[in-house]
Amino acid sequence: MSPDFVNIYLMPGLFMLIHIGILVGAVLGGVAYLTYAERKVLGAMQRRQGPMTVGPFGLLQPIADGLKLLSKETIVPTQSNKPVFIIAPMLLFMLALVSWVVIPVDAKLVLADINVGILYLFAVSSMGVYGIIMAGWASNSKYAFLGAMRSASQMISYEVSMGLIIVNVLLVTGSLNLSEIVTADRPLWIQLLLFPMFIVFLISILAETNRAPFDLPEGESEITGGFMVEYSSMSFALFFLGEYANMILMSAITTVLFLGGWLPPFGIEALAFVPGIIWFVLKTCAVLFVFLWARATLPRYRYDQLMRLGWKVFLPFTLIWVVLVSGILVYTESLPK
Amino acid sequence: MFAQYAKSFLLYEIVKGFLLTLKYMFFMPRVTINYPNEKGPISPRFRGEHALRRYPNGEERCIACKLCEAICPALAITIEAEPREDGSRRTTRYDIDMTKCIYCGLCAEACPVDAIVEGPNFEFSTETREELYYNKDKLLENGDKWEAQIAANLLADAPYR
Repeated sequence: MSPDFVNIYLMPGLFMLIHIGILVGAVLGGVAYLTYAERKVLGAMQRRQGPMTVGPFGLLQPIADGLKLLSKETIVPTQSNKPVFIIAPMLLFMLALVSWVVIPVDAKLVLADINVGILYLFAVSSMGVYGIIMAGWASNSKYAFLGAMRSASQMISYEVSMGLIIVNVLLVTGSLNLSEIVTADRPLWIQLLLFPMFIVFLISILAETNRAPFDLPEGESEITGGFMVEYSSMSFALFFLGEYANMILMSAITTVLFLGGWLPPFGIEALAFVPGIIWFVLKTCAVLFVFLWARATLPRYRYDQLMRLGWKVFLPFTLIWVVLVSGILVYTESLPK
Repeated sequence: MFAQYAKSFLLYEIVKGFLLTLKYMFFMPRVTINYPNEKGPISPRFRGEHALRRYPNGEERCIACKLCEAICPALAITIEAEPREDGSRRTTRYDIDMTKCIYCGLCAEACPVDAIVEGPNFEFSTETREELYYNKDKLLENGDKWEAQIAANLLADAPYR
């Protein structure tokens, strides 16, 4: 082996593998404890205690749940399209992890600092709907099919307004690179201008990740379990992990786009001594709390209400806002160079 | 009309709901208990597992009058009696079929000497039916085990009888 090979390929490759390992481990650990946090927060908001039995304060509950799921039998329905049935959860799970490549958790701490980061994220999150459609189609069951149809139309509808919201952010930051979006200079008036978009984005990511109050794809009261009704054991666990990993991902994207990523909150310089990654995690947790909070608060939307909100409220509103923001930026000559 | 649009557009009611759940999370006491470790309060009149009591000197209270057997609506109690060597009338057999018992408390009401009582214990599930056919030994053992609490409960309830 020549020293060139070691220096150019082997060492960076090893470093990347370790980085990927840590990232995946962190996301999966985050998913496990997100389920715990969800049960605790829901419990507290309904004046219950949540899990308390396994370990102190029930802290080992996610591990027990995971072991239980793994020990179950995987059932593949006879009438199903087996390869697609098995690939679908894998695809969904993979897509939920793959997006993490471009998320900057700290200055310079990003696996692939590509200049089209936000487009990449958008492309990958749009792919997510394939996993769900494949699952619904391959299950060969009415409920799964209905769930998949709902999910597909819902995710497509809300991606439109999400795209326009991201256009707003890009207008004021002038870059598609996520690290540059975080560090871009944002005076107070620009932040105020973006605040309505932040709220709309929060609501849109609820719809995008199929969470309450937009969890119609799995609406257990009318279509039992939606697209994952036929899944069990590990394949179900993959859907579950994928859904929660997507929640964390969307929270991280919100943090990067609107909440200043790894920078200290409200631009307080005195707090800059805390490592950026801690700020990033804290901000992501705050957004995740909103996910759980919404689930504890809001009843499920009706399907026509969901579509009305997406196409007749969010789309015109964000479209007008794009015009407004770009108009103001041009008028004050503060368009980024 | 305009006010209504403004309200829904500014998410007025949704924010209100969110604040309500936040209030529930932080400012309202929990209403559930962590059962096996914490237990809810029990009334002195609670009708739980049966017990046969003794006098403080160790003599069993039951005089085999069979009033409990007679009043039991579920026919759960079976008593056989004959005089002991010292001439006092005692039971030789006192069985309660706990699978028949409806926990009405009439046996305790009927007892003239407060011998058969329903104690505060409600955690006596078993894995077989046979274990629920209580005999005299089991009932006396229950009495010895729960005597302090049973006596306190009877005392607390006495003014209302």
